[in-house]
Amino acid sequence: MKKPILVIACLFCCAPLLAQIKTKAKPKPAARLAAVDGKGIYEKYCLTCHQGDGGGVPNMNPPLIKTSYVLGDKTRLIKVVLNGFSENVDIDGESYSNVMPSHDFLKDQEIAAVLTYVRKNFTNKAGPITTAQVKAVRATNKKKI
Amino acid sequence: MKNKFNKYLVLMAGFAVSVSLYALKPGSEVVPDADNAGLKLPDGFGALKVAETGAKARHLVVTPQGDIYVKLARPNKEGKGILVLHEASNGKAELKSSFGTYGGTEVALKGGYLYASSNTEVFKYKVNDKNEVINPDQPEKIVTGLKAGRQHETKSFALDNDGNIYVNIGAWFNSCQEKDRGLHSPGIPGCPILDSMGGVWQFRTDKLNQSYGEGVRYATGLRNMVGMEWNQQDNQLFVMQHGRDNLNSSWPELYTTKQSAELPAECLYALKKGDNAGWPFMYYDQIQHKKIEAPEYGGDGKKEADAKYIDPAVAYPGHMAPNGLLFYTGNQFPTKYKNGAFIAFHGSWNRAPEPQAGYFVVFQPFKDGKPAGDWEVFADGFSGSPEKTAAGRADHRPCGLAQGADGSLYVTDDSKGTIYRIIYTKK
Repeated sequence: MKKPILVIACLFCCAPLLAQIKTKAKPKPAARLAAVDGKGIYEKYCLTCHQGDGGGVPNMNPPLIKTSYVLGDKTRLIKVVLNGFSENVDIDGESYSNVMPSHDFLKDQEIAAVLTYVRKNFTNKAGPITTAQVKAVRATNKKKI
Repeated sequence: MKNKFNKYLVLMAGFAVSVSLYALKPGSEVVPDADNAGLKLPDGFGALKVAETGAKARHLVVTPQGDIYVKLARPNKEGKGILVLHEASNGKAELKSSFGTYGGTEVALKGGYLYASSNTEVFKYKVNDKNEVINPDQPEKIVTGLKAGRQHETKSFALDNDGNIYVNIGAWFNSCQEKDRGLHSPGIPGCPILDSMGGVWQFRTDKLNQSYGEGVRYATGLRNMVGMEWNQQDNQLFVMQHGRDNLNSSWPELYTTKQSAELPAECLYALKKGDNAGWPFMYYDQIQHKKIEAPEYGGDGKKEADAKYIDPAVAYPGHMAPNGLLFYTGNQFPTKYKNGAFIAFHGSWNRAPEPQAGYFVVFQPFKDGKPAGDWEVFADGFSGSPEKTAAGRADHRPCGLAQGADGSLYVTDDSKGTIYRIIYTKK
């Protein structure tokens, strides 16, 4: 039982290294470029609250691991990034008090990349979010009051 | 007759000795756990786990009769927000009762009343001569209608010796920005919410249903405080402010992630009526030893703030979240601890991507009611390992502090709900 956990832990620790090696090793196809971008955006705009392991902060910042907000409705997820989030809701039985500011300054492609990164990492295994999907949600997005 | 009298004398003397010993040392049956409850402590100290509450145990108070009142952040499954534990002679405690339908942080015992707060109100409960609450379902509401946001919502308080209560009303912002925690979002001019939050309000303990109209804004420019305590030597209010977050994420051109992890200081303030500690217009930089203008209000990380704002009594490294403050007046610990302050640092999150810090109890020496000398880590190991500390994935997070009648130091953990007791065991 312990070995797979160790292997996963190792993978996490080595992820930055692997990413570097990969980028150096061969010219990257477009899809991989997007994945690398997503990580960079995560580190720049998301990590300080949601943490390096995506586990969030108890009582303050919700985790991104295996939560319906990340794995479920893509439109709702895209709207969280566009509008921010400051609702009093329980997520898996816990409440989180911190305010997430709007990140609507990110480009459609950047939001798609970072959400795809989040949905495919931290043990999540959900499908990608496309630039077109973000574009469509942004076009009809009503600012939350 | 004479023999009997002598027997009496011996008995009396024995009783007197044991009473005086009882006041200095924990009962002989109270021994540290084999692993000192997982804590790292200075030489001569030991620790035991008093109870596992399994709840978000915030602040606590311990009575001379061995009852422990624990305030929970949220009501438990039974809908109760205050637990009453009772200690057996070996120091291990079991649940005796529970009451109060509200969550919150603070609980205190003074002058025949137990005081406790929700996130908008303060209640008091009369206690009997054994410090037991007489009517747990019928508290008297002394303060009501206080503002509470989603963040900094808890109402910690302190009690003085003249019938006043000092209540924290935390600001519902990080730094009073137009878009809270937003990238490059400027400060709201004048930060008008300071009229009703971001400070300490003073109320009377003997009046009911007080709100802003009946209270006094005792001190302002304080973002949020969880640890507050009245210093008996100095007859003054001391508070630990939770400093602002997000210097890098809001102002990446002005602050590196490393600077943002260290700054600003978590400040201990000694407050007098009318003081202004400057939030959100400034923060204290413990590396430059200066009050620095906040970037939301025109600061650049170097520009000094208006000198009218008060200086901290002590400045600690950033983001460690001081949640408990206690002045040690007991006789059990060595004399260096007498009248000094213990501070429970709940542990950081806003240091990421740099390693997190805190998750320990600090000792701050005091002399004549003023901080004197360098602080030191007193109790560490709550997190479980240095790796767990660095990752912010602590097993236990110290929050509340209380002193037992015998001078033991109690610490709550609001993550798993462990209640710790630290004792001095060296003879």
